[in-house]
Amino acid sequence: MTVALAGAYEIAGQVAIRPEPFGALAYHYGNRRLVFLRRPELVALLRNLGAHDSLAGALEATGIDPSRWPSFVKALASLEESEIVRVRQA
Amino acid sequence: MSAKPETLIDELKRGLDAPICLTWELTYACNLACVHCLSSSGRRDPHELSTDQAKAVIDELLALQVFYVNIGGGEPMIRRDFFELVEYATTNGIGVKFSTNGTYIGPEEAARLTALDYLDIQISLDGVDAATNDRVRGEGSYLIAIRAMDNLRAAGFGPFKISVVVTRDNVDQLDAFKALADSYGAQLRITRLRPSGRGADSWHELHPTAEQQRQIYRWLLAHGEDVLTGDSFFHLNGLGEPLPGLGMCGAGRVVCLIDPLGDVYACPFVIHDEFKAGSVLDGGGFTEVWRESALFRSLREPGSAGACVSCGSYDACQGGCMAAKFFTGLPLDGPDPECVTGHGDAALSGLVGAAPRPMADHSKPSTVVFLARKPAPAR
Repeated sequence: MTVALAGAYEIAGQVAIRPEPFGALAYHYGNRRLVFLRRPELVALLRNLGAHDSLAGALEATGIDPSRWPSFVKALASLEESEIVRVRQA
Repeated sequence: MSAKPETLIDELKRGLDAPICLTWELTYACNLACVHCLSSSGRRDPHELSTDQAKAVIDELLALQVFYVNIGGGEPMIRRDFFELVEYATTNGIGVKFSTNGTYIGPEEAARLTALDYLDIQISLDGVDAATNDRVRGEGSYLIAIRAMDNLRAAGFGPFKISVVVTRDNVDQLDAFKALADSYGAQLRITRLRPSGRGADSWHELHPTAEQQRQIYRWLLAHGEDVLTGDSFFHLNGLGEPLPGLGMCGAGRVVCLIDPLGDVYACPFVIHDEFKAGSVLDGGGFTEVWRESALFRSLREPGSAGACVSCGSYDACQGGCMAAKFFTGLPLDGPDPECVTGHGDAALSGLVGAAPRPMADHSKPSTVVFLARKPAPAR
């Protein structure tokens, strides 16, 4: 599964996000996985995901310059693999 | 001006807003009297937290977004409100992993535990046979643990955990422990023997030898991905490739301990006044202890490598375990007593004076806790 700019995503249901000085911790209660989110912008992006119809829209709303989008797509793909983020069903 | 980018470890050493991994010993009462008990448990302390006080702690942990707590004791299931507290935590969104000797997991309890979400169970077992296990955990304790595991399997609990403290006696059983766990569909967890609690008296006889330390290291390198360790063995990282885990001491930075009375310590292995940061019953509650206590603040300061400064392995082992040093009488900025380069042995043999004693002994006065003689080898 890959993450696409046109896709709609959200934070998975069993996931809690806790702010920390370095960014945030994400914890999945189902698979007990703990993920360190070390970029505050990535945390902001996650929080915006659910409110936008596409990843591109969420990136724009978070104020991330398009030149840096590929690195965020990559980070999101890894979070999707850890089941922290999931595809939003219409 | 480009500073060296901060690593995750650098950030974690400065501490988090709330612990990641919090251990809460619910009671000092225990029906067993294991020779390595970290909390010298046996008798209930009459001042242990009431149900309401315990629920107030859970409320606070919830507000801090602590994702899960590790509940232990003593034997936590001895508390009459055990299920009430566990259900209160899990239904409010705090996962619970609890450690038990299994005595109180009958078929009915196994079914009740199976019905709960966000609950993990760790059955303590220190030998794959009764002789090896019972020497450390007491007569009959092997059968108790196996019965509990059978009940959990029959109830369909799913993958519970079998938790082993690695000693000189059972280090050769690691493969057999893994096979036992696999046969139950369980997950194996192995942890390091620490000279804390009653372990202060049994450690010298039970802790793995230098060759056995290397054996553990090799075994973990081969099995590390499927075996949990609670990040126990980072002192072995000086042997080469680092073991999975953060590889640092988390005391007061990412972990801490709440004892049955509500006292907060830096980690589960240092129940001693020197490492007591405060109490959940203090005015500011647990939150203020975690964020403001002088002890925890000092543990988050950059540490000095002390006597280890000239050792090439320091970056890998980080000087090892604070508790292991403290209760063997070694300076905290020196080598771990099980230092893989042998500096620990040298330091131990040069010790002058006695090591600090664990402070509170809850052992039952009627029980003489001693390490039974080693069983004769099977013919």
